[in-house]
Amino acid sequence: MEGPLAVVVGILIATGVYLMLARHLLHYLFGLVLISNAANLAIFIAGRLTRASPPLVPKGQEAPQIIVANPLPQALILTAIVIGFGLLAFALALIAQAYRELGTLDVDSMRIAEPVKPKRKKSP
Amino acid sequence: MSWLLALPFLVPITTALVTFPARGRRYLSSGISILGCLITLGINSFILFLVEVHGPQAGQMGDWPAPFGITLVADRLSAVMLMISAIVGLCVALFAISDINKKRVKLGFHSFFQLLLAGVSGSFITGDLFNLYVWFEVMLIASFALLVLGGEKIQLDGGIKYVALNLVSTLLMLTSIGLLYGLTGTLNMAQLHISMAEVQNPVAISTLAVIFICAFGIKAAIFPLFFWLPASYHVPPVAVTAVFAGLLTKVGVYALIRTFTLIFPNDLEFTRDILLGAALLTMLTGVLGAAAQYEFRKILAFHIISQIGFLVLGLALNSPLALAGSVFYMVHNIVAKTNLFLISGTAQRLTGSYELNEIGGLYRASPLLSTFFFIAAFSLAGFPPLSGFWAKLLLVKASLDQAAYFVAAVALITGALTLFSMSKIWAEAFWKPHPQEHCRNLYSLSGAERYQRLLPVALLALITLTLGLVPEPFIEYSLGAAGELLQPDDYLRAVLTDTAH
Repeated sequence: MEGPLAVVVGILIATGVYLMLARHLLHYLFGLVLISNAANLAIFIAGRLTRASPPLVPKGQEAPQIIVANPLPQALILTAIVIGFGLLAFALALIAQAYRELGTLDVDSMRIAEPVKPKRKKSP
Repeated sequence: MSWLLALPFLVPITTALVTFPARGRRYLSSGISILGCLITLGINSFILFLVEVHGPQAGQMGDWPAPFGITLVADRLSAVMLMISAIVGLCVALFAISDINKKRVKLGFHSFFQLLLAGVSGSFITGDLFNLYVWFEVMLIASFALLVLGGEKIQLDGGIKYVALNLVSTLLMLTSIGLLYGLTGTLNMAQLHISMAEVQNPVAISTLAVIFICAFGIKAAIFPLFFWLPASYHVPPVAVTAVFAGLLTKVGVYALIRTFTLIFPNDLEFTRDILLGAALLTMLTGVLGAAAQYEFRKILAFHIISQIGFLVLGLALNSPLALAGSVFYMVHNIVAKTNLFLISGTAQRLTGSYELNEIGGLYRASPLLSTFFFIAAFSLAGFPPLSGFWAKLLLVKASLDQAAYFVAAVALITGALTLFSMSKIWAEAFWKPHPQEHCRNLYSLSGAERYQRLLPVALLALITLTLGLVPEPFIEYSLGAAGELLQPDDYLRAVLTDTAH
């Protein structure tokens, strides 16, 4: 099962990078979403895929008695998803506000912070 | 013990929560923010003292034994970084009273500022890679908010570039952490030190090392990955830029130093070469970029990049002296850099602009400010007996010890170019008369504002002078920190056996 999932991760990253290379900021954001999911999937695969019981420890024992699924990657991914969601929500709000203020989402025409021709007056 | 180590980030988080309801009252929220910074400073000095006396301290959150739970560790490097970030936090909070306008305070400036400090402290004290990722995100989200707070056009433009590139670094970091977990089965840094030695897969280790360099390299702004920094650092109010310049990139360097001394084995020759090449190019491109600029803050922003090169250089040379140089340089640089940005803010207040062509006459108008600028700028350029001289001396000595004459030459050339652009600011902003005679002096500001602006600057200048005039104890401390980094036995013992409580 790891093989096909690894291929899926590859496809997601390739598509994401393709989208991020576009000059449009929304494409960039969608690319980021895809790569963020690819990263989560990669962590999931790195934690080894098993078809096993939930990681429960019987009462009075210190360790599970049978083979159980690895809970750690799930905890990691859950955290990463929540954080990633927050970041993407912020980025989307920022892009919306930038569109309202600057009137464009074309990255090449956003040059207010770094003007092509810097202000340069000759001092007398 | 564990609670004490959690306080460096719990206090700022609490302060952030308390300032939020008070954000409508400008002076009240500033007061709470400063109080929070003072408490953090006290706690961090106590941690520094404990680490100095008893060696590395570790705490297991929730009493889960070491490789399973979240570990907080303070060794010498962490302790000194915590200390210096608390000092920077306090100075910027003081400066912010007059620099941050009412609108931004009402939008929650102090809450985001405290969250940023919490993220920085958390990154310095955590002993777990995934936890490091989480603290990076706390820091990142707070910095996003601070950068665009107020919503001016230029802020949105710079903010988008900052957000876009930092999100990429986040994803790289997450991926590399996931793959490292797949390789070793643990994310505790001390445990990783042991587990990585047993991994028989040099290709995987090398690949991971390079992804880590890219991930932390974007945060630290090393050579080909720094373009977000000059695009965005001059857009927010200068108090925000000062805290960014002081702390954010240094957290990236700290993470690089931590991972490459603790996790990756020392015999990875080619990552040293990558780091060395990146360091040299970072030093040169940063300072050349600064030489081309004519705006106060942009010159300083490019200098941040150049000095990140010096910090990475110490890591790449990987000798006790070189790492000690990195640690000393980091402390010196955080202080001097923050101070320069604060001074540039006051200079703008007095002259009306950041463009060097449009300002001037500061030396005649306020000699006191000029003195502070002189101390910070010439310390940065490495003039004896200021702190930058000792920092550079350690690094140059370390490279000469390894017969790396080219490296030493690049370091010295960078120093000379730094001096060139600092003297450009000096000549244009301070010496030359103001083109429109608009230069006010410090006494035209209200008494309160004068103290709010000068007190933090004076404090930071005093630290620079102390580091420069009495360098022995600080160099001694840096050598101790470097020793701990290269021989992490105490660190491992503190983390992996300190479960009895």
